[in-house]
Amino acid sequence: MDIRKIYQHIYAHKMSKPSEEQIRYALMLSGGMKAGLAALILTFFLYVSGIVSPHIPKDTISNFWHLPVAEYLQATGIESGWKWVALIQKGDFLNFIGIVFLSGVTIICFIGIIPIFLRKKDTVYAIIAFVEVAVLVFAASGILKTGGH
Amino acid sequence: MLKTFINKIFFITAIFMFCIFADSFIMLLDASDSISAETGSSMPWWFWPLSLFIVSFLLGIVAVLGGVGGGVLFVPIVGGFFPFHLDFVRGAGLLVALAGALAAGPGLLIKNLADLRLALPFALIASICAIAGAMIGLALPTNIVQTALGVCILFIVGIMLSAKKSEYPEVKEPDALSTALRINGVYYEVSTGHTINWKIHRTPQGLVVFIFIGLMAGMFGLGAGWANVPVLNLLLGAPLKVSVATSKFLLSITDTSAAWIYINNGAVLPIMVVPSIVGIMLGSIIGVRILSKTKPAAIRNIVISMLFLAGLRAMLKGLGIWT
Repeated sequence: MDIRKIYQHIYAHKMSKPSEEQIRYALMLSGGMKAGLAALILTFFLYVSGIVSPHIPKDTISNFWHLPVAEYLQATGIESGWKWVALIQKGDFLNFIGIVFLSGVTIICFIGIIPIFLRKKDTVYAIIAFVEVAVLVFAASGILKTGGH
Repeated sequence: MLKTFINKIFFITAIFMFCIFADSFIMLLDASDSISAETGSSMPWWFWPLSLFIVSFLLGIVAVLGGVGGGVLFVPIVGGFFPFHLDFVRGAGLLVALAGALAAGPGLLIKNLADLRLALPFALIASICAIAGAMIGLALPTNIVQTALGVCILFIVGIMLSAKKSEYPEVKEPDALSTALRINGVYYEVSTGHTINWKIHRTPQGLVVFIFIGLMAGMFGLGAGWANVPVLNLLLGAPLKVSVATSKFLLSITDTSAAWIYINNGAVLPIMVVPSIVGIMLGSIIGVRILSKTKPAAIRNIVISMLFLAGLRAMLKGLGIWT
């Protein structure tokens, strides 16, 4: 699917056109999604092929995946939050680059459309987009932790 | 171009995965010492991820043919029949739903079927509540979450059996809030060649309902298309195509907030997530290709039956009756 071609088709056929902010959002989302998916697949290949050795050996991972997450973290010595960054050289944690990219692309898209709302003096939607960014950044910050069960 | 790119990536990845797993299978024949002693499983490490990839692939096909999102099938089926803990299944389910929504989002926005102005206020409410739902889900005992998941899935089956759809709902007068937010739009209906003007009503009620949708999406990792579409279409009065497309786009925001909670609490296992995402998206591509050759009503009945069984299994597993 070529986003620009679709847009040219819509324009040529005088079909209903999306707003400027909607187009900006779509283009940023398209690029981010492609990059995230490519990173996810590449890093997974490096992991399962054994090119990059993992933190938890693949043949022992089945000892942990049936555990509740709190017990899994305790048993593997993995810390929650952004501590995984310190293990980025390990094959299993390398995969988090793609996962985090896919989970972060929406934040980038929202940041990208706030200036358009402000320029159009669409204050309410600028505030909604700003609050959405704040909510997603808060969720991504790692501040929110559960006690586990 | 994007579709071709994604298709190529998926097919190459599928080939890689099959090669790696096939290679491991050959190694297995003379490497029985790789069996996990602690879990008592007679399966090597790659067996379950490969099974997950195959099942996700099949779910991707069935989801498209049955007109449901992948997440709603993935969580109860994988949670009920695979050895992974429900925490990791929900984390993977959210990322599966998120990846599908991210892939569909750009095209739906550019075609003006998904509407940013319609999605944003509801997405804000749902994403805040999805964070709360994810926190609650990870804090509660597994058997309670499992039972609640089963009840939720059976409730979804009820919705699927009873909910009607309205292609162009009649909205006589938009409410004050949607008027103030200028939530209305125009889209081009390819099948009739007409331009459809739409507006919505009952916005405050819709915002309240999205509190519960967000909570359930975060708690169970289901995605929430099954709830978004009826609310947008029947309650708010958006045309069916706009509702379906905006719902899909909305998922990319709701699931993002919940996904971060699962990631930051360690409930994401790449060895589960990647085969699931690739499998379900590859299956979706195949599903779209065979969609025109199938009978939608028959497939929908199969999906409802699968959901009913998976929901029943989750509920009975949670109650300790069917372990």
